Amino acid sequence: MKSDHSSTSGGRFWMIIGLLVAFSAGAYFQSLGFFEFAADNPDEIWDLLLQHIRLVLISSAISISLGVPMGILLTRGFMRRYREWILNLLGICQTVPSLAVIAIAMTYIGIGPKTAIFALVIYGLLPIIRNSVAGLAGIDPVIIDAGRGMGMTPAQLLFRVELPNAMYIILTGIRTSTVINVGTAAMSFLVGGGGLGDLIFTGIAMVDPGIMLAGAVPTATLAIVMNWAFGRLEKSIISPGLVYSSN
Amino acid sequence: MITLERVTKIYPGSKVPAVDNVELQVPEGEICVLIGSSGCGKTTLMRMMNRLIPITSGTIRIGDKDITGMDVIELRRSIGYAIQQIGLFPHMTVLDNIATVPKLLGWDKPRIERRVDELLELVNLDPGVFRSRFPRELSGGQAQRIGVARAMAADPPVMLMDEPFGAIDPINREVLQDEFLKIQAKLKKTIVFVTHDIHEAVKMGEKIALLDAGRLIQYGTPEDLLTRPKNRFVKDFVGADRALKRLDLLKVKDAMRVNPVHCFDNDPGEKVLEQMIENDLNYLLVTDRESKLKGYVNLVDLRGHNGEVGDVVHPMRITVTTDRNLKEALSKMLTYDIGIVVAVDEDGRLAGVLNTRTLFSVVGETYDERGGRWGKIPANGSIL
Repeated sequence: MKSDHSSTSGGRFWMIIGLLVAFSAGAYFQSLGFFEFAADNPDEIWDLLLQHIRLVLISSAISISLGVPMGILLTRGFMRRYREWILNLLGICQTVPSLAVIAIAMTYIGIGPKTAIFALVIYGLLPIIRNSVAGLAGIDPVIIDAGRGMGMTPAQLLFRVELPNAMYIILTGIRTSTVINVGTAAMSFLVGGGGLGDLIFTGIAMVDPGIMLAGAVPTATLAIVMNWAFGRLEKSIISPGLVYSSN
Repeated sequence: MITLERVTKIYPGSKVPAVDNVELQVPEGEICVLIGSSGCGKTTLMRMMNRLIPITSGTIRIGDKDITGMDVIELRRSIGYAIQQIGLFPHMTVLDNIATVPKLLGWDKPRIERRVDELLELVNLDPGVFRSRFPRELSGGQAQRIGVARAMAADPPVMLMDEPFGAIDPINREVLQDEFLKIQAKLKKTIVFVTHDIHEAVKMGEKIALLDAGRLIQYGTPEDLLTRPKNRFVKDFVGADRALKRLDLLKVKDAMRVNPVHCFDNDPGEKVLEQMIENDLNYLLVTDRESKLKGYVNLVDLRGHNGEVGDVVHPMRITVTTDRNLKEALSKMLTYDIGIVVAVDEDGRLAGVLNTRTLFSVVGETYDERGGRWGKIPANGSIL
């Protein structure tokens, strides 16, 4: 009870701080011409934002649907030998800057949203695979033994025991990947993929902070909203029996 | 019944068998304890029975079915499985944990819920309190109880238990062992129980199989192992204090002198006094007509007393019940520094008395380092 009270008063404190920061940021952006541009071109910003969201959602969806199964595969018995090897390889790939990945993708696929999505998928894959492997490999072998001993099939063991227990770490990987993805998706403008990068890079090229911010502020907001949404998702998906999920 | 015939396990890449030609039979409805020091193959042997570890050669039959021919998933679902580290699923409530196998078997929901409540009551946990708890909200002893309940959920005729009480403190372990024996007395499962603790083995097992380096060294009742160790190894393993361990095994009722001298509480005091003097008794036990123990009287109380014996009876504070083991009885006698203790049954009726002499003679009865019964050797120890 006591902690509830202190946490709401703490929440109120941070709310006030947040409002103050937002107010001063607004005043600052005003001075840079952000609101003027945004007020003049609401449809353009809205279209680009939708493009951006589509890029992020499509590429993340592909990353997740490739990355989680790959992570599962890497923790199965027959693949365990290659696991370190593959993870190291992926780690090296991740050190390649996102811009370079996009550039390399462009040389093979050409320009357009497809190239952008391809690059985003490649770039978003590693955190998901790595966390899926870490989550699944980190499960206490005793509970797997118990499940096997009680007569679960490998599939039942995976879906009823392994995935629910690894879900927190897997979701963290997905969250990291998606949030990074929101930022990286800004680069897709460079290969004609559209998105809010359009405004950011135009603003930089024209040395117009108003246009640049019209791209940057929604991008940042989108990243924060995504992060928050995943936080909510975690709370609803992960069993309260797992101690780290209960905050 | 579980039958093992020439069961051998050789791990790939190893020349030495982990389990070597083991041959044994676990009778229906009994607890068979596999015991040995770590690495002796006891756990491997147990895990071969539900094929968690594949058999290299030999056959294991449960009932009359060879387990190698059975569907492995079906086999495991028909065998209860409890392990030392419990392995409760942390993301599931107690209800879901216990319901694991029933759910796999496709029971309907009301039946599962009824069964879970029944099992929680069986292991002495309040279903209303524990049903919806998560494993992290349980103490070690509670978790062990849930682990055992989970193993029994689908009412399997056979259970495999790998040190199921190993991870808890000695006091709670005793409690859990006692509870489990009570449950087993009712349910009569065929149980293979792995432990490294000879005390636990003697207490839990109707049969004990002692293993060393994968080989079965001796298989028999606890009594056999303690009193007729087959060789040096068994002797060393059960320990130099194996005579003391028999105290665990024997119950008060095995050693007490039944029907001790006593009088009734409504007997006339003078007559009783007369008899006591005649028989040279300093004190005498008193019961009522239903032979319920009232206490004792001594000569001083009765001298000059004209009423019934019941008026001057001293209550008996220290008694033992007949179903306790001799270790507890002896411990009580040592604690209170008494040479004799009165045994009563569960309803408080006088059943017998236990004194140090009867106690020692029973414990030493079938076991003597010198090859015979104590009484046959002259007092100075020389035979001629």
